[in-house]
Parts: sequence; structure tokens; C-alpha cells
Amino acid sequence: MSEDLKILDEVTNSEYKYGFVSNIESDNAPKGLDESTVRFISAKKNEPEWLLEWRLKAFRHWLTMVEPTWPNVHYPQIDFQDIIYYSAPKKKPTLNSLDELDPEIKATFDKLGISLIEQQRLAGVAVDAVIDSVSVKTTFRESLRELGIIFCSFSEAVQDHPDLIKKYLGSVVPATDNFYAALNSAVFSDGSFCYIPQGVRCPMELSTYFRINSAGTGQFERTLIVAEEGAFVSYLEGCTAPMRDENQLHAAVVEIVSHTDATVKYSTVQNWYPGDKNGKGGIYNFVTKRGICLGDRAKISWTQVETGSAITWKYPSVILKGDYSVGEFYSVAVTNNMQQADTGTKMIHIGKKTKSIIISKGISCGKSQNSYRGLVRIGKKAENARNFSQCDSLLIGDKCGAHTFPYIEVGNKTAKVEHEATTSKVGEDQIFYCNQRGISTEDAVNLIVNGYCKEVFNQLPMEFAVEAQKLLAISLEGSVG
Amino acid sequence: MLSIKDLKASVEGKQILNGLNLEVKPGEVHAIMGPNGSGKSTLASVLAGREEYEVEGGAVNFLGNDLLEMSPEDRARAGMFLAFQYPVEIPGVSNANFLKTAVNEVRKSRGLAAYDSKEFLQIMKEKMKLVEMDKAMTQRSVNEGFSGGEKKRNEIFQMAMLEPTLAILDETDSGLDIDALRIVSNGVNALRDGNRSFIVITHYQRLLDYIVPDFVHVLYKGRIVKSGTKDLALELEEKGYDWIKEEVAVGA
Ligand SMILES: Nc1ncnc2c1ncn2[C@@H]1O[C@H](COP(=O)(O)OP(=O)(O)OP(=O)(O)O)[C@@H](O)[C@H]1O
Ligand SMILES: [Mg+2]
Repeated sequence: MSEDLKILDEVTNSEYKYGFVSNIESDNAPKGLDESTVRFISAKKNEPEWLLEWRLKAFRHWLTMVEPTWPNVHYPQIDFQDIIYYSAPKKKPTLNSLDELDPEIKATFDKLGISLIEQQRLAGVAVDAVIDSVSVKTTFRESLRELGIIFCSFSEAVQDHPDLIKKYLGSVVPATDNFYAALNSAVFSDGSFCYIPQGVRCPMELSTYFRINSAGTGQFERTLIVAEEGAFVSYLEGCTAPMRDENQLHAAVVEIVSHTDATVKYSTVQNWYPGDKNGKGGIYNFVTKRGICLGDRAKISWTQVETGSAITWKYPSVILKGDYSVGEFYSVAVTNNMQQADTGTKMIHIGKKTKSIIISKGISCGKSQNSYRGLVRIGKKAENARNFSQCDSLLIGDKCGAHTFPYIEVGNKTAKVEHEATTSKVGEDQIFYCNQRGISTEDAVNLIVNGYCKEVFNQLPMEFAVEAQKLLAISLEGSVG
Repeated sequence: MLSIKDLKASVEGKQILNGLNLEVKPGEVHAIMGPNGSGKSTLASVLAGREEYEVEGGAVNFLGNDLLEMSPEDRARAGMFLAFQYPVEIPGVSNANFLKTAVNEVRKSRGLAAYDSKEFLQIMKEKMKLVEMDKAMTQRSVNEGFSGGEKKRNEIFQMAMLEPTLAILDETDSGLDIDALRIVSNGVNALRDGNRSFIVITHYQRLLDYIVPDFVHVLYKGRIVKSGTKDLALELEEKGYDWIKEEVAVGA
């Protein structure tokens, strides 16, 4: 073993910085899952009959399904009866101001460095904070409402805007779509709803911080974003979770509907607990994210920076139905220690002259495994559709793995599909060059990797890009090559 | 400030430096010449602390410290600068950002406050003038897509920014056009202040017309086999290395 590899071994010991448990009393559903669990959740949320039926249908279908085994990830069998499917903070918060926020929750936010006050004051960001499964606080809602924008928790939307929910829920990700989407549809507890009316440009970034809190609680968030004709919204999702010994399942669903001439930008910075350096603990992140460009010239853009979770299984996708519609996917996925990621996208071209772009940067360190899996499908009628894909992998050290699984299906001869892929290592030459200028190896790796990810970071809103860089630094800690 | 005694070093099990001695005092300019493969870049790499070069023997003292015990970044922070023969590209990292990180690291190690963006830009502007560098270059990724000459000029720009105590220039003149050679040399001369020392590795006497050395050394088979003044460079230009090789053969 060469000297630098020894150093690598010694320092690949980065411990998760956001590990702590806060003490909010929970109001839990009994452990396990059957129809009564689904009914319990629905009743807790005071849901209309049709939604309960929708959940039950999803649940019954889920019973007939099996867990997918095709992803390039390995983990012990999940016991779905050993999970608590609902937990809510006991104090029902209906807050007039941030001062009324449970001090414990507020402290949690402070530890995460996302003080709502700061966010409000400095960034002008409306934050819909989700602790465990119930939305605690929504800010800026009033000023948004004046523009006709709805930004609230999913359960509130069910109460206040049932028609919209009924119309769009499951319209992009059907309840039966896949194993985890079906599970989510049956037991989802809360999430966010966002509606931008015709011709309205949302004046601020809409931001949600998700958080997993109660021990052994599965987290099943549901997000629905609808942009009417000519509307624009940029939506941010960020998350960090406390340290745990047992693995936690997280199966979220995000649906986006973009109508004619509408644009939805969805950015994620995901930093859930990745487990310790031996692979103990950590979040299982099985997410279904999909958007549809329903009308002509509609656009959906996904940007993700994935640095956390023990296992990530996630393919933010776009269905390009409208003519001239555009789908984008910009991704940075970092894995360190024993982390496993299988992530990518699907671009389904249906309309004419539809365009998609895929930029994926996978960075693997430690003993981690990082896979890009992407599908580009050009339908029969998708004349002159275009896709460009660039999938780059960067290896730090020699015990990690990078894999690329691009699937391309072209059903129309006029289509143009380009795929480029590279695999590189953080070069000793580059590190030495930095060292010679006085920069430590750790900082050098950071600098080099940040440069490598620049194309993707450039897509993020400013404050988010800064946060992404910080998270990148944390997850790269000790990953010297 | 730099004292090299009987330095022996190898790479991949092959001995390259075979007992090299060199003494550099503050403010001096030493030119090192020698045939291809004689060990000039190896000497530079060993001094800068490149890991794959194994030191087999000898001692190097730099400003009173045992240089060989120091990490590469600590050597840099202590004031050693190497202008690389083949500068490395770092995609996506702007020259400005790279230099700001480097300069502030060096300042930190000396107990000085980091420059804020405004101060830094101001200093960068001054130093850019010194090497007649275009502003656009500072916004481009480090050395990415730079021409050979631009890379060399960028090395000197970095040197100007980092204000080292000892600068080692490894064939900074090769690949430079006539104007660039003059500009780079002027840049180096502007940094000669009576305290800062230089080791200039070159194949061409021409450079030494611009950067006038105090000493010229010939490195051959991993040792300095002849030392002299600027005149030695002229003699080499005229006669080549054969006579030196013969001298070495006779002496051996
Ligand atoms: N990393 C390495 N691996 C193997 N051999 C090396 C390595 N670095 C240097 N060498 C060998 O050591 C010897 C000296 O090389 P060095 O680069 O120091 O020569 P130089 O004097 O700088 O030559 P030039 O004038 O061509 O730049 C050469 O034979 C070279 O092939
Ligand atoms: Mg050389």
C-alpha cells in the first residue's frame, strides 16, 4: 500500500456533523402496517373519504408488489412491520409568529444552521419546515397568497384545496407506479403543496427543509407542485437528519406538473445521515421524483446535490409531453465510506422537438459505490427530439466504485441523442500542485471536486450553492486521494 | 537560506540524484543547466517535497529548518515556490479562486489575516500588470486550455502573488515567444529585491541575458559537476556538454 493510500485509510474517518436527537414528544401510530394503519393515518389527518380510498387502493396494490432488486445497492431485508408509520409532534402548532415555535424545534433548526428568522430576514425565503411528519411552520404564505400562490403543507392542502389535490395527486406518479411509491401513497403523512396560477412568476425561492426525527419512524413525504400556464417557480428542498443506529427508511414522492409555457426548477440538497464509517446506521433513501411537461414549451429542471444517506435510490425524471418542452437534470452525487448511491434520471420524449439535457457528476471515495442509471426514451412521435447526456465519474482512492448504466431507446429516426461519459481520478499531480501553493491536501481535494461540480452548482440558487459547497466539504472530509 | 548537502534521491528505485551540493544565499540567483535527464526537475521536485521521490541521503536546510522533514504545503508556506516545468490543469477552479485560497493559506500560516475579496482583487490587479496578464485569464480555470506560453506566464503570476523567499523556475523560458520571454524575465527581475533568491533551471543562455545569474551550475548524472559565473553559460552555449562529460569521465 503506497503512502497516500495509508493516509487515505487513516483519514477516511469523517463522522457525521449533524448527529443529534431532539426531544419532541411524539404521537405515534402503533408499529407495523396493515389497513388499520392506513385508516389511522387518514383519520389523524381528518381526510375526505376519497383520499382514504385512494390510500387503501395503493396499500392493497403494494401488498402484491415486491421490492425492486435491480438497483446496484445492497442492504439487509427491510422489515416493514417493524416501522412506525406515523408520528407527529404532540403540541399542535398553529403559529402566528416564529416566537411561538416550540423552543426545542427552534433549537433543532439552529443546530442545523437554518434559523427561520435568518432565512426570512436575510434571504427572503419562505420556509415550510417539516419535522417528522407534520408541517410545523409555514412562513410568507400570506404574501404569496396575494399573488394567488398556494404554498402549504400537504395536509392543509387536502383540507383547503381538495379539488386541486384530487385533480393532480397521483397524476404523474400513479399510486401503483413502483413498490416505494405505492407504499408512500398508502401511508404518506405530510409534505408540501405548491400551486402557481396562470402567468404568475413566484417572486421568491420556495424552500422546504425536511427532517427525520423520531427513532424508528419511516418517513413518507409527499410533494406536489403545479405550475399553470406561463407560471414560474423555483423550489428548494434541503434536508439533514440526526444520528441513528438503526437504519431509517425514507420513501418520498415528488410530483411536478408544468403546463404550457410554465417552468419549474426543483433543487435538492440532500445530506441525511450516511451511517458511520463502517456502514452502520444511515438513511435508506428510496425516492420517486417525476415531473410532466403537459403543455407546449413547458420546462422542468431538476438539480440535485446528494451527499448523504446510506443508500440513495432516486431518479428524478421528466415526461416531455408538450411539443418543444424541455427537461433538465443536473446532479452531483457524492458517496464516501460505505455509502451506496444508484441515481440518475429518465427523460421520456413524447412531444415533437422536445429537448433534454443530463449532466451527472458522480464522486466516489472510501469504499463507496456510486452508480449513474439513466434512461432516454424517444417516442415514435417525438420528431426532432434532442438529448445530450454527460455522465462523469470521479474516483478518490482505489477502494470505491463508479458505474454507469445508460439506457437509450430511440423510436423516431429524426431524434438526436448524444451520450458522453468519463471516469477520472483526482490526480496526484493536481493535489501536489495545490500543495506547492500552500494548500493542504484536504483543501485541495475540496477545491478540485468543487471545480469538477461547477456546472451543476451553477444551476443552484446562490445561497443553496454555498450550502452545497459546505456539505460537499463535510462529506469529502478525510477522503484524501 | 538554502543549503543542500550530499543529497541523494531516487524515483521508482532508480537513483537520480547522486550526492548533490548547493548553497544559496539570500538575494542570489543560481542558474542550473545540464543535459536532458540529468536530474534538474528531480532536484526541483525533491525540494518541493513530491512524494514519489525518495530521499536516500543527505540534508537540506531551508531558512534554518530541516526541509526534508516538512510537508509540501509547509515548504510552500515557509516561502518556497516552484514554477513547474509542466503546470497542471484544474478544471472548474478559477485562477483567481485558486490563488485566493493559496495566498490566504500562506498568510494564515504566518499569522496574518486573510485578504477579503476587495483587497485581493486590488493586489491581483497590480501583479497582473507585472506579467502583462489579461484579466480574463484570472477568471479562467487554472491552466485549463492555456497555451504552453500562457501556462508559464501564469506560473510567474502566481509567484508574484505568493511572494516567495526562494523561487525555483523549472524551464520557465521554454515555449515562450520572444516578447513573452522579455515579459516573464522582467517580472522575475522586478521581484529581485536583494533578499529573495532564485534557482533558474534552463537550457538556454538567452534567458540569462535577461535574468542575470550570480552563479551558473552544470548538473550531470545527478551531481553538480561544474560551477561558474555567467560566462560558463556562454561557454556551454558555444561548446555544448561534451567537454564537461569528458572532464567528469577523466575525474572518475
Ligand atoms: N516519476 C518518474 N518515474 C520514473 N523515472 C523518472 C521519474 N521522474 C524522473 N525520472 C527519470 O529521472 C531522470 C531525471 O529526470 P529529470 O526530469 O529530473 O531530468 P531533467 O534534468 O529535468 O531533464 P529535462 O532537461 O529533459 O527536463 C530521467 O532519466 C527521468 O526519466
Ligand atoms: Mg526537467
